[in-house]
Amino acid sequence: MMALRFEVLGRFNRARAARLTLPHFVCETPLFMPVGTQGTIKGLTTNQLEDIGCQIILGNTYHLALRPTSELIDELGGLHKFMNWPRALLTDSGGFQMVSLLHLADITEKGVTFQSPVDGKPMLLTPEESIQIQNRIGADIIMALDDVVKTTITGPRIEEAMYRTLRWIDRCIAAHNRPKEQNLFGIVQGGLDPVLRDICVQGLVERNLPGYAIGGLAGGEDKDSFWRVVAQCTAALPDCKPRYVMGVGYPLDIVVCSALGADMYDCVYPTRTARFGTALVPEGVLRLKHQSMADDTRPIDSTCECMVCKNYTRAYLHCLVTKDAMGSQLLSYHNLYYMMQLSRNLHSSIIEGTFPKFVCDFLRKMFPKGDVPEWVYNAMEVAGIDISSCSTPFDSKINVHTPSE
Amino acid sequence: MPAAERRQSPVDGAVQEEESRRMKFAVKAWSKNGRARVGVLQLSSSSSCGHGGPPEKVIEIDTPALLLTTRKGLPAFIPPDHLSSLPDSRLLQFSPMHFMEGPNLKTISNIGGVHQLLGLHGYGFVALPRDSILSLPECNSSNKHGASFETPCGRFLVKPLEYMKMISSMKPDLWVSLADEVSASVSAKRNKVSVDRTIRWLDDCISLKSTDGALFGSIVGGCSIEDRQHCAQEVAKRNVSGYYIGGFGLGDSIDERSTLLHAVTDCLPKEKPRQVCGLGLPEEVLQGIAAGVDLFDSMYIYHLTLGGFALIFPLDVQCKHVSDPQLSAMASDHTKINLKATVYRKDASPIVDGCNCYTCQNHTKAYINHLLNVHEMLAQTLLEIHNTHHYLAFFCLIREAITEGKFEQLRQNFIESRRDHLLAASLSCMS
Ligand SMILES: [Zn+2]
Ligand SMILES: [Zn+2]
Repeated sequence: MMALRFEVLGRFNRARAARLTLPHFVCETPLFMPVGTQGTIKGLTTNQLEDIGCQIILGNTYHLALRPTSELIDELGGLHKFMNWPRALLTDSGGFQMVSLLHLADITEKGVTFQSPVDGKPMLLTPEESIQIQNRIGADIIMALDDVVKTTITGPRIEEAMYRTLRWIDRCIAAHNRPKEQNLFGIVQGGLDPVLRDICVQGLVERNLPGYAIGGLAGGEDKDSFWRVVAQCTAALPDCKPRYVMGVGYPLDIVVCSALGADMYDCVYPTRTARFGTALVPEGVLRLKHQSMADDTRPIDSTCECMVCKNYTRAYLHCLVTKDAMGSQLLSYHNLYYMMQLSRNLHSSIIEGTFPKFVCDFLRKMFPKGDVPEWVYNAMEVAGIDISSCSTPFDSKINVHTPSE
Repeated sequence: MPAAERRQSPVDGAVQEEESRRMKFAVKAWSKNGRARVGVLQLSSSSSCGHGGPPEKVIEIDTPALLLTTRKGLPAFIPPDHLSSLPDSRLLQFSPMHFMEGPNLKTISNIGGVHQLLGLHGYGFVALPRDSILSLPECNSSNKHGASFETPCGRFLVKPLEYMKMISSMKPDLWVSLADEVSASVSAKRNKVSVDRTIRWLDDCISLKSTDGALFGSIVGGCSIEDRQHCAQEVAKRNVSGYYIGGFGLGDSIDERSTLLHAVTDCLPKEKPRQVCGLGLPEEVLQGIAAGVDLFDSMYIYHLTLGGFALIFPLDVQCKHVSDPQLSAMASDHTKINLKATVYRKDASPIVDGCNCYTCQNHTKAYINHLLNVHEMLAQTLLEIHNTHHYLAFFCLIREAITEGKFEQLRQNFIESRRDHLLAASLSCMS
């Protein structure tokens, strides 16, 4: 049973551009999903999020279950209606948030035990309960409760977590009450061990789920291990189902993972970094707090079509960011626009057959000196994308740093 | 026109001409036996958009009008792309002191002034040194050379010459001369000094003027009727496009204010617009309008929004509140509600039924209550949108009432319904 349709519209080797039809929205992949932890994103209105081109927003089950509670969201007609977001939503299982936010979280076969942040009493989040909460919240995509371990941990704990994740997926499937309206995604665990990852992928694929996530990454592992796990999982997962790499959000990582055949990403990075005054640009990042921005009359990114870049100078944003609420609002707007534009460019270049050119242009802008990291070369070789032209320094005639006036 | 020509006598005909080209004001109707009036303020953005800006645009603002108080030129929380959804919100007010921490004046000037800096071309900008939020007059530190302001980035003494540099770089449509605003508690002597300084600084501003933005002359005088009248009479002699009545909201009481306002407006020519700062509450706005004031700021909205409040008072001349037993049980004074209250936790209705603001058209009280609970900024964005929308509609109601000869009725009804509810509230507390 699944409540989605996934149609691949174009390919370039392992990369694919698809149409993902969810109950609330027809999405185009590859796509980035901004994180709206508490049913909102950093002061932006839902109208603005639509203008930016957001397709799926992520809500955090742990936070929403605490406030306003899943029962209240259910009573008021689900999260879509509660936050008035007409497009698609995804909720996580709540497990990862507990393990990462609470010191006193412990994982047993029953579930994740933790101390209630409200009254300090011991609480238990079981796979069944996670799904019931997510059923009440009502997102288009819900995530199975998995046994999360840090990627940097090694030894038998990784194996235990992987097998437990597989045992829990059956409890999640059995507890899922709204399979016609919500899609349950399973999460591939197994650390950096290819054998464990393989067992987990096979186990999940046997359950024939609507989609699959690659979990346990973006947690401080080295980049070579990261892309190899992604490459292994995308190669083994079914071609006709969406693949979601959890917690990945750096533009470079998204381009590499898309080349390897992944479709969906989420990360707090674009909005979190905005709060600290950092803008995402094709050259990497622009720190608007930097003194050199104080008299810079150019927009954040002269190639960006967003409302912020059309109207505001770096000089003005320099005096707003980290001081005024409007500074973080405007910068979040631009950063999310940048991520959605990246998603649109990935999608269209794959469809138009210009994906390698897009990747090379992207890398040339980000690494004008030609110093593309080794791991990117390795990953692109596996993805079958020739990026050898990117190793020559960027032509100084087209220096992006020349002042506009 | 070269700057040298502008520094002629205050009654120079050419200067007069220049100012009326940039700003026009006409009174359309007066209230019965009263000072309240409706008018139209017309602004044309001309040479200030010399940096490849759009062609000349005429902005028409019906008065009495609410100026949107800003932080550095933008509303505190309403995103600029949502501004156009608010009815007649064409005037924004800022303090040049907001830009003490940058961008520097040369950069602002290079960008082309505030219209370009803020990407808002169809809007009028009013520069006023004081704003009641981020730039407060600090009268103990002001001296004969300049006025002192307390801002988030420190205390600044601003002299007329520096102030004029700010104005000519920022190129607002309207600007207010530098004033020595003092609190209600200062000595009679200090109060008189503030009047002398304010008049002298106005003359300095006029002689240093190098922009074609319309100048509003500042009038102070604290709580002394004689000082107020003297200041108003002196300023009325100067070549200015309008008047700014300062020194209110600095410890003065609402009861004595009508007398002071009337003393000032009676000295002023009727055909020029008048602006005030420090009058925020609906009853204060009605008081100001009754005295013939045309322009108000919206710092009241800012404070409401920060406190989690939403305006709900009825927008009709009768001011009849729907009798709602639930309302009186809540933290509400019948003009506003506090959305932090738990009673709104499951309230799936908009703040005001039938309100056509973005917030009420799209969101419930329950959602805003949640956003406030979890300290999410969207709460302030949505509240500021609704509150601004509601207050703009209140100003529209007032203009209609003046035109239809019902202003006194509206004012009385509003104040009585407030009094009734305050009385009812105090009785229910006692029982
Ligand atoms: Zn942009
Ligand atoms: Zn409303």
